[in-house]
Amino acid sequence: MATTSPTYIAETLRRRTSRGFLSRLAGGDEISYLITLICAVSILLIVGLIVFELWLNSRLTFATFGFGFLKTSAWDPNANKFGALPFIFGTCVTSFLGMLIAVPLGVASAIFLAEMAPPKLSNILTFLIELLAAIPSVIYGLIGIFILVPILKDYVVPPIQHTLGFLPIFAGNFYGLSFFSAGIVLSVMVVPFIISVSREVLMAVPVEQREAALALGATKWETTWDIVLPNASTGIFGSVFLALARALGETMAVTMVVGNAPKISASLFSPGYSIAAVIANEFAEANGQLYISSLIFMALVLFGLTIIINAVARIFIMTTQGKGA
Amino acid sequence: MMEISATRRFVNTFMLSLSGVCTVAVVSVLFFILGYLLFHGAASLNWDFFTKLPKPSGETGGGMANAIVGSGKVLLLATLIGVPIGFLAGVFLAEYSGKTFAFLIRYVVDLLNGVPSIVIGIVAYALVVRPMKHYSTLAGGVALGIMMIPIAVRTTEEFLRAVPNSIREGAMALGATKAKTVFTVVIPAAISGLVSGMMLNLARVAGETAPLLFTALGNQFWSAGWLAPIATLPVMIYNYAISPEEDLHQQAWAAGFVLLALVLIINVTARLIIARGASAQRR
Repeated sequence: MATTSPTYIAETLRRRTSRGFLSRLAGGDEISYLITLICAVSILLIVGLIVFELWLNSRLTFATFGFGFLKTSAWDPNANKFGALPFIFGTCVTSFLGMLIAVPLGVASAIFLAEMAPPKLSNILTFLIELLAAIPSVIYGLIGIFILVPILKDYVVPPIQHTLGFLPIFAGNFYGLSFFSAGIVLSVMVVPFIISVSREVLMAVPVEQREAALALGATKWETTWDIVLPNASTGIFGSVFLALARALGETMAVTMVVGNAPKISASLFSPGYSIAAVIANEFAEANGQLYISSLIFMALVLFGLTIIINAVARIFIMTTQGKGA
Repeated sequence: MMEISATRRFVNTFMLSLSGVCTVAVVSVLFFILGYLLFHGAASLNWDFFTKLPKPSGETGGGMANAIVGSGKVLLLATLIGVPIGFLAGVFLAEYSGKTFAFLIRYVVDLLNGVPSIVIGIVAYALVVRPMKHYSTLAGGVALGIMMIPIAVRTTEEFLRAVPNSIREGAMALGATKAKTVFTVVIPAAISGLVSGMMLNLARVAGETAPLLFTALGNQFWSAGWLAPIATLPVMIYNYAISPEEDLHQQAWAAGFVLLALVLIINVTARLIIARGASAQRR
């Protein structure tokens, strides 16, 4: 609040003229300030505590394997051999595939909602799309297992393998649960985030920019593509990063359709695993210090990754929103 | 006047229609999911589902009464933990804080919002389950409670900021202290937005599964008190969906339908209240 606002002046005046510390305490001013401050600071502490607990509980793995843990692909709890590579690989592949589908779809929809649809229609559609984001991930998993996977198996994968089967990424047998299925489920799950943030960023681009371009004879599409989109690009990148962070950390839906096999394979059609999925599947049954510690170390890696991506995304979005206003 | 060439006109129409098609595709996924759950879930829903305990493996029938109550208990605990902290922190950001500190808190809150839910589950495990040596309702509540904080902070701040400054000044001019202004004038003015924001928040965590897997764990029976493992709807859906028994799949669909109906009803109601409040303010 600016120091010259009437609220501020009134408050200072009142403080100066009437009361001592005790009477203000009785009025509840200091106490309510203190309580709300404590709550705000406690959030910082909670985040600190998350980092501390993850670090504390994963030290054993780091002491045993060092950074080699992230580069080896052995995963044999019975022999106390742990390596995170297959899981990191799976997380990256599924997220990348998800983004590959979600980004064009999401940005195109955002363009439609921000630039073309009449405001009323745009609001209704955005409302529906935001409901899509409210669907619990376990329900996406349910749909994934029982509906998407059979559809992919019967109608989508055979034609792809028939025409492009010579490529290593489409090779091998398809049993349903795979990187490919997980990527598709992820794309549907993150697309609402891309749309709602991108739409807002697009709408923040000043309308004069569009009018100027249209007045110079550009078509609607040229205006959108050459003028509006470049103006909003930083914010759109932000929305993509936000969605990427979601995809990397998504657990249930991926666990249910990825196949849960700790293998590294070039083919998208083979089953795999992801960091979040292995934690979800094995944590409750993990016995042995090193086993638990290894799972928590992977959680720490996932945490670090999503925090960094989120931090970048927020900065991107903030800069465009500042510019648009 | 220059004519727009046919190619440019074609590109224009083509790309713009393509963007419309994409939007329709995304929205139709929603209707597809809703329709399928309605079709599949409502069909396998019956009275037993709400009143009976799960049957032991191999037998058919049974329900999820314990999981429905369990979800309620965990969510109640989560609300009691997450909402007060988030709400008061939001009040601090909107009413008390200086600029730099508010920026820092807001940024950290956004980061906390982006932490994968499974990681929060691990932290709740380390904080509650490990010291107490058993899985519990409490641990589940702590995990979901932490997840509720970020949205609670942001909605509180947003709705308090939407209250016009003249209202604050009016209260102060009448001699109210700052605390009195905030808690008896500003917050009541924003109350409908605040309540619906918290409802949205609750709906969001109601479907969370990952953080409950190794905190609340699950339970085939009723769970007494707050310190025993407890069944919840999302975890039940997960366990039933990956089991090989066809009868359990039907139950998973029914549970999915109940969960989704709950989440969407809360969501739509809260959004409508917020939208109505916003249009009333504009007038």
